[in-house]
Amino acid sequence: MPTDQPVRRLLSGPPLDGRPERFGDHVARLGPLPRRIGPTEVIAALEASGLLGRGGAGFGVGPKWRALAERGRGTAVVVANGAEGEVASAKDRVLMAHRPHLVIDGAIVAAEAVGADEIVLYVGGEHEAAIKAMSRAILERSGESRPPIRVVAAPIGYIAGEASAAVHYINERDARPTTTPPRVSAHGVESRPTLVQNVESLGYAALIARFGESWYRAAGRRGSRGTALITLSGVVAQDGVHEIELGSTLGEVAIAAGATMERTRAVVLGGFFGTWADTRDVWDLPLDPLVMRDRGLTFGCGMIGLLSTHACGVAATASIMAFMARESAGQCGPCVFGLGAIASATARIATGRAGADDLDGIARWTSQIVGRGACRHPDGAAGLMASALEVHRDEFEHHVRHGRCPIPGAAKVDVA
Amino acid sequence: MSPERPLRLRVNWIRCDGYGLCGDLLPDLIGLDEWRYPMVPKAPIERGRLDEAQRAVDCCPMAALILEPIPRDGRR
Repeated sequence: MPTDQPVRRLLSGPPLDGRPERFGDHVARLGPLPRRIGPTEVIAALEASGLLGRGGAGFGVGPKWRALAERGRGTAVVVANGAEGEVASAKDRVLMAHRPHLVIDGAIVAAEAVGADEIVLYVGGEHEAAIKAMSRAILERSGESRPPIRVVAAPIGYIAGEASAAVHYINERDARPTTTPPRVSAHGVESRPTLVQNVESLGYAALIARFGESWYRAAGRRGSRGTALITLSGVVAQDGVHEIELGSTLGEVAIAAGATMERTRAVVLGGFFGTWADTRDVWDLPLDPLVMRDRGLTFGCGMIGLLSTHACGVAATASIMAFMARESAGQCGPCVFGLGAIASATARIATGRAGADDLDGIARWTSQIVGRGACRHPDGAAGLMASALEVHRDEFEHHVRHGRCPIPGAAKVDVA
Repeated sequence: MSPERPLRLRVNWIRCDGYGLCGDLLPDLIGLDEWRYPMVPKAPIERGRLDEAQRAVDCCPMAALILEPIPRDGRR
């Protein structure tokens, strides 16, 4: 596909003007959802497509459904995860607000594939347009033969979208992660095997169920196959959600949205649980989960944050770490105390009040908290912090040694 | 407990409250961070030390320390 044409697949159809596509228009545009294809065919198509989950972990959607389908007994539950607690990501709320029927189609396909008799749409409570759109969409389909579907509004919070937290909230109105084992795939909503799948993944599954894996793989550049939603933020003219061909480079996508390499100091990739990267190192990076994983980066939830050359990476990092510390579920000591210590130390460094041991402390706490919590929140935050120390190394040292920011007129950065 | 399969120590982080008794009992196996939360080895526990490991498990006031077979699926 030529560079200048925006890709429209998940987001094809009427303009993204804040109004959801109605069911009649959705069916007229895409055709009815195929219902007689067997669960094994759908799973095989998803496996062949190579579609990876879009919630952040990037696990193969087909393999995930297959593992659940092969569990042997008990009816399952499908949770469509639209919590989107990642503040710098907007793709799920945009998808739900404009194409609710794609998400519901995907959930129905998933329910048939894994043997589920119940669907829960778990939508972030602050995403009002998405909640309205998904709730109305269910009513538009009330005559349909399908499992019962209900909307559960997730509480506001970064952690609320973690799979075990979502299940915990649906069960007990407590959006804190639980210890695993048992995994939610074995013991989830109402103690039943549960598939927790991101809404974007379900949207793609709905299209692959109609048009097949070769349709999905027809798009893509530089050997990558498929498309994905990304959220661009920071020093771009057109921030927001875009649908891209996998394999497009970060530079291609950024330039198309009005950014330039010269005005971009550094980039956050994947989410606040992802990593910083130097602009020059990633401007030619193909945006593809597999390629990025090989380079030690994460596609995550498709978040791309471009830090301006006028802004300070130390201040931005301090802001992110303060957010991550505040958003801890507060259940696990290493996370609560470790992230708290990291956040305090980065704040001191950012404001020119670094203690003598702060940099060493940050390095120690960052390596110590990995793997020592019920969920991966501390791991994600540690990864972000470790990458900050590398990418913004000179600025950190300048702040510590001189008590000042080396960037003249650095804008105060608020990323949370 | 049959020691045929290798066993590892694992912490239930939600239950753990940082008493640190496990680290006090087995200081060369279980480290404690500055808030007295444990750092347990990933490697399996030597068979000769399983009794000591079990004693640490039994002494945790929050029943947060677990001695279990290393899972085959590689989960942490």
